[in-house]
Amino acid sequence: MSIFLAQRLTILVFTLLAASLVVFVVLEVLPGDPAAMMLGVNAQEDTLAALRSQMGLDRPAWQRYLLWIAGLLQGDMGRSFTYDVPVRELVAERLAISLPLALLAMLLSAALAIPLGVLAAARRNGPGDLAIAVLAQVGIAVPNFWFAILLVLLFSVTLGWLPAGGFAGWDAGIAKALASLLLPVVALALPQAAILTRVTRSSVLEVLGEDYLRTARAKGLSRRAALWGHAVGNALIPVVTIMGLQFSFLLAGTVIIENVFYLPGLGRLLFQAIAQRDLIVVKDVVLLLAGAVVLVNFLVDLLYGVLDPRLRRSLRHG
Amino acid sequence: MAEAGLVRSGGLRAERRLLLGAAMTGFFLAVALLSTIWTPHDVTAIDISARFQGSSWQSWLGRDHFGRDMLSMIMVGAANSLLVALVAVGIGAGLGVPLGLLAAARGGWLDELVMRCSDVAFAFPALLSAVMITALLGPGAVNSMIAIGIFNVPVFARLTRGAALSLWARDFVAAARAAGRGGIAISLEHILPNIASVLIVQATIQFALAILAEAGLSYLGLGTQPPQPSWGKMLNDAQTLLFTAPRLAIYPGLAIVFTVLGLNLLGDGLRDILDPRLRRAR
Repeated sequence: MSIFLAQRLTILVFTLLAASLVVFVVLEVLPGDPAAMMLGVNAQEDTLAALRSQMGLDRPAWQRYLLWIAGLLQGDMGRSFTYDVPVRELVAERLAISLPLALLAMLLSAALAIPLGVLAAARRNGPGDLAIAVLAQVGIAVPNFWFAILLVLLFSVTLGWLPAGGFAGWDAGIAKALASLLLPVVALALPQAAILTRVTRSSVLEVLGEDYLRTARAKGLSRRAALWGHAVGNALIPVVTIMGLQFSFLLAGTVIIENVFYLPGLGRLLFQAIAQRDLIVVKDVVLLLAGAVVLVNFLVDLLYGVLDPRLRRSLRHG
Repeated sequence: MAEAGLVRSGGLRAERRLLLGAAMTGFFLAVALLSTIWTPHDVTAIDISARFQGSSWQSWLGRDHFGRDMLSMIMVGAANSLLVALVAVGIGAGLGVPLGLLAAARGGWLDELVMRCSDVAFAFPALLSAVMITALLGPGAVNSMIAIGIFNVPVFARLTRGAALSLWARDFVAAARAAGRGGIAISLEHILPNIASVLIVQATIQFALAILAEAGLSYLGLGTQPPQPSWGKMLNDAQTLLFTAPRLAIYPGLAIVFTVLGLNLLGDGLRDILDPRLRRAR
């Protein structure tokens, strides 16, 4: 296990470093003079000089990269150019919205998809299976932002039950805050749930054909007991992997969904930072999101090893 | 045992799904191509006196807030999505497939390098790479093609490598080797034709994902730029007019769902027919 862990950790660190290098090269080296790019063509020479020295552009690129990474390791993400506050504060404030949003969406999608997928597999080729399959097929084709707009149209514009956008803030009370997150969570979760339902279904079906399931039935377990006691647990391994892979789509989804609902989260911060050409914020937030994707995939790999020790060997070559 | 059930995944038989998907995709392609030579109205013609007009014989889907014809805009939007998705999948397959073949043929450090690079590329979902590219080059259709294309490279590289590796262990490859053929020649003559069906299926699915990604990017204003109509941008405009003209938010969304659904059905159907080993509900 320790060799497996060490190997995965090495890959994790390598991937994170490589990702940071990509971000740095794209946003700080390729533009030539990032300060000129941020300030635009009409910038005064002294303003440019001030920003260049704030960004440390007088140093060679490799030094700036090392300083950036060293700063990040100490929790220093630099200072936002447009807001003139530490990026760390901005990010912490925005994460308080984006993190619950992504996690609740993941939970909701799993809570919908796993029972539906198991049900579809248990009633294979029946009317329930067909209905679930059609719903899943359509769900995959619906873009989350369009679904979000439809939800707003129904629940805010027509029925007036829920806010059409904005965030009440956690200070306004949990109920109010959750009410402003409800539609965004549903919009993010449903398309993911559609994919996950199909994965769960096919995974359960595959396990149902295994010998140990036949043994379980032969020793007298009811169909239901064999399904929930033996099949579902084993069938969840690929489901967990797909959930890990979906996390990156969920994160990307928050960028869009936060813009649909005007939620002041990380995605909206990133989007605004681009509009304002605040490269310092863009650089940090992109790396943060990419880092989160890498980290979640690492955790999925580990979980994979825990759930199925047989896989540890083959994973090394994955 | 389970395979028997999986053949009918989705409740519809593979052939029926394939036909339905092919028909829907064919319709999308026909509309997109038609729009390059003919649309009912000029999509850039603004007619404020006709704004928010409902459906009529002259304008089947009505007019938007600038009095532009919705049907014409959706038709041109189809052509724009098609172009972005084609180029993006082309970039992904054009770079990813050779990389995957090479990784499988050479193995060793080269294989490791390709795999680790694809790990890094996977850390940037299409939207994130689009965000970076936009920050660098500005928004636009070409940049969204590049962004979605970059995300597709590791998808094709990994799939090709995996499929190719399983073939390298087969007898006919060993025979070709014994006959003195080199790694690249074997990859092109024996491996590629044998994994073509897997690649075609994946390309169809990536095509659907690219359409979704393009819509998302243009919704955010990072993709196709006005006055060129795009489905995502139309939805963005419609969102601010939900109280006045909710129907403007319906048609472009339906167009996306129809197209993506058609491509997915086509991909699933093709997979079931071309490659029985991969018969799994996605």
